[in-house]
Amino acid sequence: MTEAATETKLPGSLSGQGVSKTYRQKGEEPHTALADLSFEFPAATLNVVMGTSGCGKSTLAQMLAGYLKPDEGTLTIDGAPIEGPGPERLMVFQESTLWPWMTVQDNVIFGPLSRGENKAQAIAAAAELLVRFGLIEFRDRYPAQLSGGMMRRAEIAQALINQPKVMILDEPFRGLDVMTRELMQEYYVRLFEDTHLSTVFITAELEEAIFLADRIYIMSDAPGRIVKTLEVDLPRPRDVSCLTTRRYAELEQEALDALYAGRDDMDF
Amino acid sequence: MENATVDPLVPARAAKRRSWKLPRLDWRGTAAVAGFFLAWQLAVILALPGFDEIPGPWEVLNTFVGEFLFSADYWASWAVSFQRVFLGFLIAQVIGIPLGLFFGINATLRSLVFPVFEMMRPIPPLAWVPLSILFWPTNESSIIFITFIGAFFIITINVFEGVRSIRPEHVWLARSLGAGTFRIFRKIMLPAVIPSIAVGMTLGIAVTWNVVIAAEMIASDSGLGRLTWEGYVSSTPTVVVVGMISIGIAGYLSTVIVDWIERKMMPWKAGR
Repeated sequence: MTEAATETKLPGSLSGQGVSKTYRQKGEEPHTALADLSFEFPAATLNVVMGTSGCGKSTLAQMLAGYLKPDEGTLTIDGAPIEGPGPERLMVFQESTLWPWMTVQDNVIFGPLSRGENKAQAIAAAAELLVRFGLIEFRDRYPAQLSGGMMRRAEIAQALINQPKVMILDEPFRGLDVMTRELMQEYYVRLFEDTHLSTVFITAELEEAIFLADRIYIMSDAPGRIVKTLEVDLPRPRDVSCLTTRRYAELEQEALDALYAGRDDMDF
Repeated sequence: MENATVDPLVPARAAKRRSWKLPRLDWRGTAAVAGFFLAWQLAVILALPGFDEIPGPWEVLNTFVGEFLFSADYWASWAVSFQRVFLGFLIAQVIGIPLGLFFGINATLRSLVFPVFEMMRPIPPLAWVPLSILFWPTNESSIIFITFIGAFFIITINVFEGVRSIRPEHVWLARSLGAGTFRIFRKIMLPAVIPSIAVGMTLGIAVTWNVVIAAEMIASDSGLGRLTWEGYVSSTPTVVVVGMISIGIAGYLSTVIVDWIERKMMPWKAGR
């Protein structure tokens, strides 16, 4: 892509056409995670994918990152097919993937050094990010010495130093305590509002989804398909007070209706 | 480490009082050890059944100080046994770690070599003694070989399991960030396996001492195992007990050294 193009339009739009994935393991029933899934995740947008557990959200995330290939269909980033993993699409996983044997700083500069970039520059860039994420005093610590929220922040720094076109976050705040979780959501909202970094954020929590999203894509149970797209028009910059607005309540109801559509026959 | 945690059952005041009492002596532990030696001495004095030929601790101590402490031969036995353990253990690491890594990484090699490996693994190291003596040109090399066998299978299996339990995300992320195969191997896979190597070392060093002592009793004219056995053959049971205690201390020292090495290998596990 040329300089001019990146200036006029932020990169990181993802799209999928007719994507299917079936897991086959010896001695087990084949499990179809995704069937004929199509989507457009625009660039510079905080796209939230929502669905119940086991609906194929993580499969989708792994495909976008390039770790899994679809059985059928195509996935593209800014029009180019996704062939495999690459630094333009970075993922934050459900469980911390900081390498325990590296200090925070070594974790963060791993990407630039892997691509042969200058170490001193990488350290300087890391320092800038670590200051921003309140981790600068912890750069020589090992991940096991950090709290859950600090680990998540370090992972986001580890990704951002590579200037990805799109961030893929697969239920990143699951397992954090409520306070830390809310803090991390505010962190990410602020980060997004500052940078408009194209994001695919996967979650099973409705409140989290509405608070973060420009758009919510609600997936059906497996085989997953997008059953509803919801424009979240809550004004930005956002803070927790938006959770008490009437518009929030309306969006919540709309999302719930979509989530439970076709399940009226279930006993609760 | 222990001092850092507060026992919820100990009242705060007691815990506080204990913290300035340094160095802290474990009275119960000391009493237990003293009690053990006292009971042993008593059993010998009272000539309890089975104890008529067994020396008491006082006699052992006297023999040790009188005949062993300043004897060059005695310390030579230490050196010989340590050298055998060291060589057998080291060769087991040098061959076992790469082999375990290969088993974990290369499916072709695994399917070719692993069946033979699994066939040999259940054979106890000491069952190798006769064949080893026939095969190796010197007695020394056959004992080192048997010692090697003791640690080799354990370390290889542990490293193999270590490779298999590497989290795929750890490798995926490195790949996304642009790391090549060699960098992933050196910076991600190898360190990820270090804790398993450490487990293999801890188990391996214990087996190595077991094996070397038995092998020395059977097939050598030197070392702490031989010293102990000669004490028996020459009807000097004090020597047997001196040998046993020496072996215990030697094993303990080796464990301390291995623990130290392991801590150095895994700086990220210390100082939490």
